Amino acid sequence: MRLAVQPLLVAPDPGRQAEGLEAELRLTLPSDIRLVEDVVDVVARHLEERFVDRHSVRFNLRVALSEALINAILYGNGEDDTKGVALRVLFGRHAVEMEVTDEGEGYDYHVLPDPTLPANRLRPCGRGVFLIRQLVDEVRFNDTGNSICMILRRT
Amino acid sequence: MAFTVRKQGGILVIDVDGQLIVGNRQELKQRVLDALEAGDRKFLIDFTRTGYIDSTGLGVLVSLSKKIRDEGGDLRLAGLNEDLKTLFELTKLDTLFAITDSAEQALAAF
Repeated sequence: MRLAVQPLLVAPDPGRQAEGLEAELRLTLPSDIRLVEDVVDVVARHLEERFVDRHSVRFNLRVALSEALINAILYGNGEDDTKGVALRVLFGRHAVEMEVTDEGEGYDYHVLPDPTLPANRLRPCGRGVFLIRQLVDEVRFNDTGNSICMILRRT
Repeated sequence: MAFTVRKQGGILVIDVDGQLIVGNRQELKQRVLDALEAGDRKFLIDFTRTGYIDSTGLGVLVSLSKKIRDEGGDLRLAGLNEDLKTLFELTKLDTLFAITDSAEQALAAF
């Protein structure tokens, strides 16, 4: 499935621009798992034009964004196509901030089991947020637990 | 993205062309389970032409590994690029699978 809606490219608030986040992408996508690949491709293309480290875009940011979108669609919105996933990406030459918000009830991100422990290693799921935490510099959740913000910085 | 399945010396080899992700993981799982049901016991998944595996793809590999082992079989992986190796190392799944650089090495090791 190809992405029918292209992201909106806008100028961030002046305060964020002062932090080096020069551009902002906004997109709301339906809860359709087939869209994840195309959304990640579109975002990566924008980031590669500006961000200093292309490998981090191709690997760290692609993985982190894929995992956040998958979680939002599968677990947050339960693949309910009446619910959307809001994506907001602020970026500049040295920093990227990606925020993914679903319409679900959220979850307690404090109690996620460590998938690398021997007892959990054979579990088929539970690696998404772990990978995100490994691949970006900072991860924040809102209080509800239905919005994740992932930040990557490179000098 | 596509899966190519071939038999080589009694080993079922599956080439993953493109990505192993949430959108196609069930197809891979079903192909392997069908082959297991049909009597195959030796499996090699070749990722030489694979750019990316997401966490749901990793999850399918884990569940297939367990299922194949329960049936007395063997699942090996080959051809991971540097980024994919990093994913396996971060998740410690490199300790769960027999992984070789090339399909030829894996085939010789069965």
